[in-house]
Amino acid sequence: MKNKMTAFPYLIWMAMFIIIPLVLVVYFTFASEDGGFTLDNIVKISQYTPIFIKSINLAIIATLICFVLAYPIAYILSRSTEHYQRTMILLIMLPMWMNFLLRTYGWMTLLENEGLINKFLSIFHIGPFQMINTAGAVVLGMVYNYLPFMILPLYSVMTKIDYSMIEAAQDLGCNPVKVILKVLMPLSLPGIITGVTMVFVPSVSTFIISRMLGGGQNMLIGDLIEQQFIGSTYNPYVGSAMSLILMVIMLIIMGIMSSFDDDEMEGIVI
Amino acid sequence: MKKVVSKGYIYLVLLFLYAPIFVLIVFSFNESKSRANFTDFTFKWYQELFRDELIMTSLGNTLLVAVLAAVFATVLGTAAALGMKNMKKRARGLCMNLTYMPVINPEIVTGISMMLLFVYISHLFDWELGMITVLIAHITFCVPYVILNVLPKLRQMDQNTYEAALDLGCTPFSAFFKVVVPEIMPGIMAGFLMAFTFSLDDFIITYFTNGSDFQTLPVTIYAMTRKKVNPKINALSTILFLAVLIILIIMNVRQARAMKNKEK
Repeated sequence: MKNKMTAFPYLIWMAMFIIIPLVLVVYFTFASEDGGFTLDNIVKISQYTPIFIKSINLAIIATLICFVLAYPIAYILSRSTEHYQRTMILLIMLPMWMNFLLRTYGWMTLLENEGLINKFLSIFHIGPFQMINTAGAVVLGMVYNYLPFMILPLYSVMTKIDYSMIEAAQDLGCNPVKVILKVLMPLSLPGIITGVTMVFVPSVSTFIISRMLGGGQNMLIGDLIEQQFIGSTYNPYVGSAMSLILMVIMLIIMGIMSSFDDDEMEGIVI
Repeated sequence: MKKVVSKGYIYLVLLFLYAPIFVLIVFSFNESKSRANFTDFTFKWYQELFRDELIMTSLGNTLLVAVLAAVFATVLGTAAALGMKNMKKRARGLCMNLTYMPVINPEIVTGISMMLLFVYISHLFDWELGMITVLIAHITFCVPYVILNVLPKLRQMDQNTYEAALDLGCTPFSAFFKVVVPEIMPGIMAGFLMAFTFSLDDFIITYFTNGSDFQTLPVTIYAMTRKKVNPKINALSTILFLAVLIILIIMNVRQARAMKNKEK
């Protein structure tokens, strides 16, 4: 049992299929088609700056909405009876087990111009509203798909919070707002950080949700990258440069997030 | 009053989570292709679904890849966890960083980076992307979850039991299988199940590594949603939802029973 060698096949595997591919991404970013060094690929991306900004904006909005929706749920659940908690967590997880393509397709049915929501509203002579193919629909799709990723980490942190802390704060004259800001929030910080990362990362890099619910006018970074690799405009050089920038954005956001946290995550920091 | 509000709020969120799924289920029984008018009750979309060869082949592919990927990932990951446990702190930290990489990296980046490698190799050897590349990709993104499930179990384990087995005459090999494996089995199983479900569900990484001929179910579903209205998707959703529901209910009943037995 003192043998380290058993980890070697894994390390070789990861070197081949994680490290080398990422090195290739960096290589293609700075390579021209004849193999020389160039910064052209990165320069070319500057024309897509509005799309990058839009992606980050929509992902931030979706993350905030998820947080606002999920925080009360996590709190309510953590204060309920054990049986109720188990059932509700199961019900929240259940849709996650179905492929997200199918669930997003379900929203297409609901949001269409002649879809169910508009049909329902027309009974009251409201609408019809243009809902599908808007930025709002994309945000809705992100919130819908990733909300459980926010609820679960928040919930698991909040079940560990000692409720007497909250009572103590109330006894000492805190109003509810202060209790939330000064006691509950700091104590649930690790959950907030995990939840925010788990919602933001897939939101900012999605290309399915934007395509299915956003139509053609709501291109995001993910759509741009996908177009460089799949289809007729195969261009791994610009595609790699976009991916590299996406990774840098992600690292910056995660760096900012983890700077809020005093306890370093195990393993991530050497 | 407070209780009513908070329960009502949770039910509203559940309504939000289930609304699109219920819509899919209801319209899977709809005679017409319309997604807004329910005309007549029918099972014909289910019949068409089972007759659709592309869907059935992709379902077979998905299951095959998921089983193979989960088995490989479990073996590779368990071995890796055993080795990593014996490493010095610094080396282990480095390995953990490597392990977290595919977990943290956006899926699209993992997907395109592997595609770059596979396309490069395929040019060298005049060979096509297909099942092998999908399998390699799935193993790669599944292994970390096995490691993250097995390592904690190894840490909880009492090191002395293994040495005791050796002292009592076990060979290292049989001591490993008789003492260590049963102890970390829950972690291995959890890792295997996670790997299996992630592989079943994966769309993005498969989409970039599958080449032109090999399709898994999510890839086929994506192609179907790109076309016009297709009620077979609704029928497929209903079946998948029921399958998940039944599995989860069975798992929960068994878990609840196990907990009750423990209390006794």
